[in-house]
Amino acid sequence: MKWNIKDAEHWGWKKYPEGALILEGGNAAYYKTGGWRTDKPAWDEEKCTQCLICWISCPDSSIIVKDEKWDSFDYDHCKGCGICAKVCPADAISMHPEGGEE
Amino acid sequence: MATIKELSRKPELLTGGHRLCAGCGASVAVRQVLLGANDQVIGGIATGCLEVSTTPYPFSAWKIPFIHNAFENAAATISGVESAYNALKRKGKIEKEMKFVAFGGDGGTYDIGLQSLSGAMERGHNMVYVCYDNGAYMNTGIQRSSSTPFGASTTTSPAGKVRPGKPQQRKDLAQIMAAHNIPYVAQASISHWKDLVKKAEKAFSVEGPAFLNIMAPCPRGWRTPNEITIEIAKISVQTGYWPLYEVEDGEWKLNFKPKALKPITDFLKPQGRFRHLFKPGNEHLLETFQVEIDKNWSRLKKRCGVE
Amino acid sequence: MAKTATKQKIVAMTGNAGCAFAMKQINPDVVAAYPITPQTTIVEEFANYVANGVVDTEYVNVESEHSAMSACIGASAAGARVMTSTSSQGLALMWEELSIASALRLPIVMQTVNRALSGPINIHCDHSDSMGARDMGWIHLFAETAQEAYDNTIMAIKIAEHKNVRLPVMSMHDGFITSHAIDRFEVLDDADVKKFVGDYKPKHSLLYDPNEPVTFGPFAMPAFYYEQRKQLRVALDGSKDIVMKVTDDFAKLSGRQYGLFEEYRLDDADVAVVVLGSTAGTARYTIDAMRAQGVKVGMLKLRVFRPFPAAELAEALGKIKAVGVMDRSDTAGSLGGPVYTEIKAALYNSKLRPAIQGYVYGLGGRDTGPDQIETVVNDLVKVVKGEESPREAVTLLGVKE
Repeated sequence: MKWNIKDAEHWGWKKYPEGALILEGGNAAYYKTGGWRTDKPAWDEEKCTQCLICWISCPDSSIIVKDEKWDSFDYDHCKGCGICAKVCPADAISMHPEGGEE
Repeated sequence: MATIKELSRKPELLTGGHRLCAGCGASVAVRQVLLGANDQVIGGIATGCLEVSTTPYPFSAWKIPFIHNAFENAAATISGVESAYNALKRKGKIEKEMKFVAFGGDGGTYDIGLQSLSGAMERGHNMVYVCYDNGAYMNTGIQRSSSTPFGASTTTSPAGKVRPGKPQQRKDLAQIMAAHNIPYVAQASISHWKDLVKKAEKAFSVEGPAFLNIMAPCPRGWRTPNEITIEIAKISVQTGYWPLYEVEDGEWKLNFKPKALKPITDFLKPQGRFRHLFKPGNEHLLETFQVEIDKNWSRLKKRCGVE
Repeated sequence: MAKTATKQKIVAMTGNAGCAFAMKQINPDVVAAYPITPQTTIVEEFANYVANGVVDTEYVNVESEHSAMSACIGASAAGARVMTSTSSQGLALMWEELSIASALRLPIVMQTVNRALSGPINIHCDHSDSMGARDMGWIHLFAETAQEAYDNTIMAIKIAEHKNVRLPVMSMHDGFITSHAIDRFEVLDDADVKKFVGDYKPKHSLLYDPNEPVTFGPFAMPAFYYEQRKQLRVALDGSKDIVMKVTDDFAKLSGRQYGLFEEYRLDDADVAVVVLGSTAGTARYTIDAMRAQGVKVGMLKLRVFRPFPAAELAEALGKIKAVGVMDRSDTAGSLGGPVYTEIKAALYNSKLRPAIQGYVYGLGGRDTGPDQIETVVNDLVKVVKGEESPREAVTLLGVKE
């Protein structure tokens, strides 16, 4: 975190950058929206054809691709919308209740 | 154009951690559009869902220099940024190649933002304007815009006992933009990523203004389940509701040419905002919708030189 | 003409041409403007400079004043030095943008040629346009003459861009009276203006450091908004010292020393009028005539309206027995015009304070001659003599009954 915004809510007026400027573009990544989920995606490596359509369809940039290969879900940010499971042409992603046994 | 694998190597310019609804089409539109840029991008945005959800102080999901000004002036604001770039480059103060993009919803683009958009396009600024079209003022609670489809129930055109949703047909903004005779205009959809990214690449590479109108469904406003956002966008294309076409230096080209369009009811049925149209007695409304789609489709095909 | 080290030239130009000339010498990076009477000749003259390659400003012919200020905000956030100009309805149209410009702390300089707000539509001078925007967090400077308009434009750049200010500045002169009348005044040498305003490079911008991207104009919940407004108040209140510092620096360069206001024969005055803008000229003439008849009258011409120099005004006016504040705009539904109510507030807690009466005059370009000023002075004399109590309600001078 280049710009330390922990406790920003409690800062005195002098501490806020002028003009309400957000100094570190992209720092939303430090805000975890994973807690929004009620359903969690799971990936089946066997079925995956590495088409990467899930990656390009995710509203939350929550599918990580490394070296042109499917790597992982970013569970810190995944909101469990289920788009990835729906668009996967190989049925390689399935949704499961968050915290449930299945 | 890069393959999807090559595109996956590009840095994510819109991070996760923004507050858009699960299943929102807008952020998918942004991610896909930015994949079409190869230089440093400077972005701007109109007030709306995308803006408030990606820049809630002190967080910003934008890994590019970014500005929000007001609701109706994303185009004017970015035209100012582009003008500054020209001036500073000319004076030798900036050397890097930069591209300029303004984002706006249909609210901030079709309606309140139309003048500012038209002015910026007319002046020939080297910029891209991207409209993420979800068919209503979603951020303020799903009020109708001029892009809202005929018959849709919104909070300011609700389906009630005497009025069955929005009475007007929607405005065709891509056509209006094409009439500005700018180098590049295109209509694209998040469901057809390859077509979209290719169009974004073209938009970023032309000299002068470019306009992209992107189909970006809204699960809240459309009353659809979160997971079918891409699916319903695809159906919007297949039914002719959202034709994929481009106008490159005045040449009209249809990109998606199905032999036959799927019936518009395929698009309407999954959406709660059209539920009232399927009640007995409202068949004529469905017919009106289909007639308008067919008419527009014929006209577009003719314009694009397609049988 | 004062003797200075710097070379200056005497010119005959309209106030607008003088402002355009100042803009030319400043050579801003971007000018985005929309024409409106009586500002038009500023943007037209400047367009000529652009067309002839005299400046290398990026000149943007926007399609409305709202877009003018929007583009200016974009350009300024981008890191450019930005200027523009407007009047009346144009200023009204960009109203929401004024608040954003100051909130984003962008040092935009705008020459505002004072013209009445509609309706009815009227293209002539009064101060309702800029006064209507007095809450928008901008610095407000008023010029009496073309000389002052030219000088203020140059000073405005340095004031706005000062690291402890970083606020937009509105620099006013009277529509038609100053804007379109040819006046004789001095202009500085190009090189001296260039040196005075210096270079502009903001700490944060869209273009200069794209590898450390910043976001301008976020959405702020109640937990964050209020502190921004406190910062704005502190900056605007605190800009007074910097306005004076820049004014003093300018005096060294030009030989023309301005202040927060100008006092004319105020030292031993019993009564005084307060005016802004070109009416000061008429006031001076009237005061000289009345002094010759033994009336101990003086004038205070306010130059800096925002930040409002309350303490200094209280000191200057405290010992006067009766003051007539003349506003060239009215705030219907309140006690009177804005300068009147603010001066009254400034003096409320003072130990020494005059009787104060509020006057409104010259709306919609209604001519204000010495007779109206005489009326004010005579009113004040009556109050001092105890013949009349100070009026609470404002007096509208020159209205046909």
